Order: sequence, then structure tokens, then C-alpha cells
Amino acid sequence: MQELFNIFVKSIFIDNMVFAYFLGMCSYLAVSKTVKTSFGLGIAVIFVLGITVPVDFLINRYLLSQGALSWLGEGFAEVDLSFLSFIMFIAVIASMVQLVEMVVEKFAPALYNSLGIFLPLIAVNCAILGGSLFMQEREYESIAEATSFGLGSGVGFFLAIIGIAAIREKIKYSNVPAPLRGLGITFIITGLMGIAFMSFMGIKL
Amino acid sequence: MSEEVIQKEPLFSPKNKRLIFNPLSKENPITVQVLGICSALAVTAKLEPAVVMSISVLAVLAIANVLISLLRNTIPPRIRIIVQLVVIASLVILVDQVLKAFAYDVSKQLSVFVGLIITNCIIMGRLEAFAMGNKPWPAFLDGIGNALGYAWILIVVAFFRELLGSGTIWGYPIMETLGLYKLGYENNGFMILPPMALIVVGIIIWIQRARDKELIED
Repeated sequence: MQELFNIFVKSIFIDNMVFAYFLGMCSYLAVSKTVKTSFGLGIAVIFVLGITVPVDFLINRYLLSQGALSWLGEGFAEVDLSFLSFIMFIAVIASMVQLVEMVVEKFAPALYNSLGIFLPLIAVNCAILGGSLFMQEREYESIAEATSFGLGSGVGFFLAIIGIAAIREKIKYSNVPAPLRGLGITFIITGLMGIAFMSFMGIKL
Repeated sequence: MSEEVIQKEPLFSPKNKRLIFNPLSKENPITVQVLGICSALAVTAKLEPAVVMSISVLAVLAIANVLISLLRNTIPPRIRIIVQLVVIASLVILVDQVLKAFAYDVSKQLSVFVGLIITNCIIMGRLEAFAMGNKPWPAFLDGIGNALGYAWILIVVAFFRELLGSGTIWGYPIMETLGLYKLGYENNGFMILPPMALIVVGIIIWIQRARDKELIED
């Protein structure tokens, strides 16, 4: 149990998707103009990461990695399909996003309306694929660990995008040098936020 | 196709040249279109991975652009995203396997970021915005141009981060050769850390927009 909590906290603060690995930067920069929309995107990312990472974990364990197909019989024990993982993961993500979209539309129309365009956009958000690839690279042992990593990464992205959106809303009223306005100052602020997040690196978990 | 359609414009007409050179400055994918930043920042702590990454993106983007442009009239619009993703993912698998075979060390350094070329927004963005509506040759040039625009930002960022952070250029200890350490110079270890990549790109954007007033946002 404690191990799960450690992974969760670690993926939020220490291995933050945005500040430590720059994943999901495109939507992070494009959507963070107001707090309201970034809230929607953040929730959607938590949602999708929490679903796709465990599913990709199962696929990796029982279909792709070396010896994963041994449950089919003796002859399959040596098969290594891990070179197919990119295409499998992205297919899972694209179909999961589609599925999540339909389920949410059916059962929670209010949430669906507030997420709006962001759900389909998430299929090509690097943070989602990155989550699955990191899950594969770090070799988590159980599906519970993979799930807590997925949720934690999602929460990390959520915190980052809410933070930058709040700052951008304020900075609109500041006198930023003209060439830095918009994109430039956002980059620099993100860098400063990243430096702040680095202070979590000393925490031993 | 009739004779005159084929001969309508030369291979490097001014319009086609613009496809290559505009993305280098006015329509730069990173600093102006805000595409493909995810991977751009993560691989720039050293020059070598940055160059390898640029070449990989160049290959994938140019080939994907041509393929999608050839298929553009046969792809049903509803499932075009899936088709594009499959094309890109297959190309990225090829690139990944080639890197693992011929440049294993660099491919280890790049780790997940080779796979992340799939969701690199530059590629999806150019396929959607250009290849879906243009002939293969312009699409190829557009791919090359955008990949070069991506590459030069990567290389500039990696150059400064490696020079100031580790005191080397492509592994060559330039600062030591110049004898700066004896004068009390020290490497700025901060430059290697992730946040500095963002700040360096921010400064590039600042310089670019200061020189080109049209790009300034309000």
C-alpha cells in the first residue's frame, strides 16, 4: 500500500510530466489561456491516463514483452513482440479515448459538455503515450502500481496546467516587453515553475 | 493527366521554395506554430541526441507527408486520424529499429522520446494542415522545411546547453582546450537541467520576435 502511495506522489511531484519530461507541452501551451478550460483538459487527462496506462500494462504483460505469450503454449515462450508496442499503445489510446468519449456522453452529459473538444484532442497528447511508454520502461510490477502511476501523472499534469493558466490570467495585466508577450513569457514562466518543482527532487521515497 | 498539367510549374518554383524556407523563420513550427515542443526540449541537453532526433523527425515527417498526400483522396474523412496515426506509428517503428541497430547508445539516451515522435504535434499538424490537401511533391518539401525549422531550434538550444552546461561541443572539451578552467571558469550545471531548456527557447522566441515585429502577439 505504501509503495503505491509512493509511486503516486513521485509521479505527481518528482517525475512531473510537464516539468521533468516536457510531455503534453503542446496542449499545455495551447489551452492554458484561462483556468476554466485548463481545468477541463486537466480532468480529461487524469481520466484517460488512469484508464490507458493499466490497459497498456495488461497488453504489454500478456501480449508484447518477451515470453508474454507463453500462456498460449510452449511454442510461444520465445516470442518477443515488443517492437510492436508503439503501434499497439497508440491504437489502444485512440480507441480508449473514443470509448471514454462515448461513455461520458451517455452517462454524464454535463461533464461531456464541459470537456468538449478536449477529449478527442487527448488522443494525440504526448503525455498519454508518454505515460504508457514510461510504464513499459520502468517495468512496474502490478496493475495497481501502473494505475497509481497513471493517475499520479494525470494529477501532475492537472496541477501544472492549472498553475500556468492562473499565472497567465494575471500576467495579461502586466507590462511584458512586446516581443516576449504570449508564447515567450509562458516558456520562461514554465521554466521557473520547473525550477520550483525541482525542489521536490530531494525527497527520498 | 495532360501534358500541360505536368509542366505547369518547375520543381523549385518560388512557391515551392517558400514551402522550404518559410518554416525556418516566419512559420517556424516551434517558435511560431507551437508544435512539437514536447520532444524538442527533452533531448537538447547534448548536441548528439538533438541531431539524431532531428534526423529521425525529418525522415518520418517527409515520408509521412508524401504517403498521406498520395492517399489523401482515398482516406474517408471520419477515420483520417487513425489512418494518419497508423502511418506515423509504422514509420516511427522503422526509425526506432534502425536507431537500435546502428546507434544504440543514442537510442538509449533518447529512450521514450523516439516513440513520442508518433504524437509529435508537428507531424500530425502538418499532415492535417498540408498533406491532406496537396500533391506529393509540395507535401514532401513542406515536410522537409518544417523538419528543418524544428531541427535548427533543437540544434541551437542543444549547442548552448552543452557548451555552457558541460563545457563541451559534441563531446569535445572545448572549454578545457581554451584553458578557461584555469582562469576560474566553471560549468553552469543548471543548464543541463530540464527547466533551462524552456528558458533558452523562451529567449530564442524573444530574439526572433524582437527582430520580426509581425510575430508579436498582443
